[in-house]
Amino acid sequence: MAPQSERSPSTTGSVKTAMTMTEKILARASERSHLVPGENVWVNVDVLMTHDVCGPGTIGIFKKEFGENAKVWDREKIVIIPDHYIFTSDERANRNVDIIRDFSVEQNIKYFYDIKDLSDFKANPDYKGVCHIALAQEGHCRPGEVLLGTDSHTCNAGAFGQFATGIGNTDAGFVMGTGKLLLKVPPTLRFVLDGEMPNYLLAKDLILQIIGEISVAGATYKSMEFVGSTVESLTMEERMTLCNMVVEAGGKNGVVPADATTYEYLEGKTTKDFEPLYSDQNASFLSEYRFDVSKLEPVVAKPHSPDNRGLVRECKDVKIDRVYIGSCTGGKTEDFMAAAKVFLASGKKVKVPTFLVPATQKVWLDVYTLPVPGSGGKTCSQIFEEAGCDTPASPNCGACLGGPRDTYARMNEPQVCVSTTNRNFPGRMGHKEGQIYLASPYTAAASALTGFVTDPREFLQ
Amino acid sequence: MATAAAAAAATATAASSSLSHATIIPRHPNKPSTLTTLSFRSISKAPTTFSTKFPSKLLSSPPPPLRRLSAAAATHNNTTTTATTTTFHGLCYVVRDNIDTDQIIPAEHLTLVPSNPDEYRKLGSFALVGLPSAYPIRFVDPGDFQSKYSIIIAGDNFGCGSSREHAPVALGASGVKAVVAESYARIFFRNSVATGEVYPLESEVRVCDECTTGDVVTVELAQGLLINHTTGKEYRLKPIGDAGPVIDAGGIFAYARNTGMISSFPVSA
Repeated sequence: MAPQSERSPSTTGSVKTAMTMTEKILARASERSHLVPGENVWVNVDVLMTHDVCGPGTIGIFKKEFGENAKVWDREKIVIIPDHYIFTSDERANRNVDIIRDFSVEQNIKYFYDIKDLSDFKANPDYKGVCHIALAQEGHCRPGEVLLGTDSHTCNAGAFGQFATGIGNTDAGFVMGTGKLLLKVPPTLRFVLDGEMPNYLLAKDLILQIIGEISVAGATYKSMEFVGSTVESLTMEERMTLCNMVVEAGGKNGVVPADATTYEYLEGKTTKDFEPLYSDQNASFLSEYRFDVSKLEPVVAKPHSPDNRGLVRECKDVKIDRVYIGSCTGGKTEDFMAAAKVFLASGKKVKVPTFLVPATQKVWLDVYTLPVPGSGGKTCSQIFEEAGCDTPASPNCGACLGGPRDTYARMNEPQVCVSTTNRNFPGRMGHKEGQIYLASPYTAAASALTGFVTDPREFLQ
Repeated sequence: MATAAAAAAATATAASSSLSHATIIPRHPNKPSTLTTLSFRSISKAPTTFSTKFPSKLLSSPPPPLRRLSAAAATHNNTTTTATTTTFHGLCYVVRDNIDTDQIIPAEHLTLVPSNPDEYRKLGSFALVGLPSAYPIRFVDPGDFQSKYSIIIAGDNFGCGSSREHAPVALGASGVKAVVAESYARIFFRNSVATGEVYPLESEVRVCDECTTGDVVTVELAQGLLINHTTGKEYRLKPIGDAGPVIDAGGIFAYARNTGMISSFPVSA
């Protein structure tokens, strides 16, 4: 499983046909020696992911087009993850989980992460939670492969040096039957992030900085490649945060070159062979952006667009009603560790309701068991309780996208929320007139402590 | 303490380095594509097929006189395609930039499964219900399943956000035939053509600044024109680009079957 430490000429490419990492992955998956941006090619898919919101529609298309008795192309390459609308009494939402379960049984799908007992998620050993984090934790994200999913944040897996992007039900129905999809090769924007990361910044600040720079349509139809000494220093979860939000800049996919950090994360998670690919030195990038991370400050995306960037310290007069920490973007173990660090440093109590929704069952367990550094052995959950936060909820997508009316922490009033999630368009978390400030877990925790949008440096220095 | 100057410095570096390192690749490469990424599933919803490549001559010539329901032969590259001109005529509904999929169909309604006919209809009743109060005119009147507006005029980045196919489906189910936007988010564009629910057309200029909800408009596909009868103005539409061949085949499934990639419909076990 361990990849070669030496990069062979086939993976780095030789001077003749310089390509970016994304071009190379698509070339290999389409059995072509060379590709240029704009070409449309049939790509062999390594993993197809769907969930309870788009799975039923995908299955409907698969059956309509391939026949009621058709079999999926490969029962081991389809991953079906209930995660969106789980802990709800909404009958249609419950029915949709039944549809994906019936299909998974009928097709003998190898990776179906079921939940039957909604009253206690812990009673469901197979249940994972938020699909993108579950994909990573269960070893489905592998360097050099192609992952397609019926969710726009499928680009999260680019953190592993994988080509990963979101598709619709119709395309997913096609993949389900054929294992292939016609994809257009995107040109690549390169983001070089150098410099030491200040202790008050997180990857969320970096990606909000970038989106603010290039706008919500700045990478439309394009790939975003993240390199540089800062990126190399990031953990896998932080790299995921970076890649997770490329779709918020319109990007088709985002990639981080696989390295020792990647292989270490993957150890014990997959037994499958994989071969990473890397951009050639002389590959063509559409443009290159450079950032000196050591000079950056904490930022938020103000209502109502992820590119409406503002310095946190310049929003200090914004009074808030609540804080939300969760989702594929901001509900990972390290996100909760970061929030706990701020609460611990302050020793104070939160001034507004603070909702915590771990992304997966594994994250939930970490929140309740892992000691927070410098706390004398306290867990995140203990620190959250002492700070007066709500008890960490059952893992799922939760209120990040509003969801059914009875969704935990859904914004049912026109309130102001600081959130570690990914989108702040009108109505995203429920109420159309609600105001969402997207922020890092540091900034979210600091804001919870004051009741205003607050720079984490107030507590971390 | 870092300052705003740092951010400005980052911007300046980005700009200067992009000058020195960038290789500019045109958005529409010169090489004509033989394959495309898109498909039409519910062909029945689309009045007819249409030619997707426009002769450049037509694009640079002055707009032809206003007319409706004409028939034309359009040529592209070396082949000549006879296409019955598709025309959409009706009232337009005007929105601005960055209308994301949560505004098109809020997440609480995603429990509706588009492939179920009853739920398809219901999705139509919720189309654009997520628009904030800045849009005082309802797109679909309460109690109705369909909208009286059949053409949406939008600004930049229409359909950004999630990959939910419910978004073009909700618009199609509500009776929308075409969207004319300044630009689209990638997944929405692809899903629109993949489902055949709406034609995602791009205007050359920012039409959303010049049209008002309720204006009477016509979209002439073959001529690549949007005509606003209320204001008497005409606007050029951009060619649909790479979508052509797969649309001509009748969708990604039909295209794959034509090329022998998958067997004839449907496969029975």
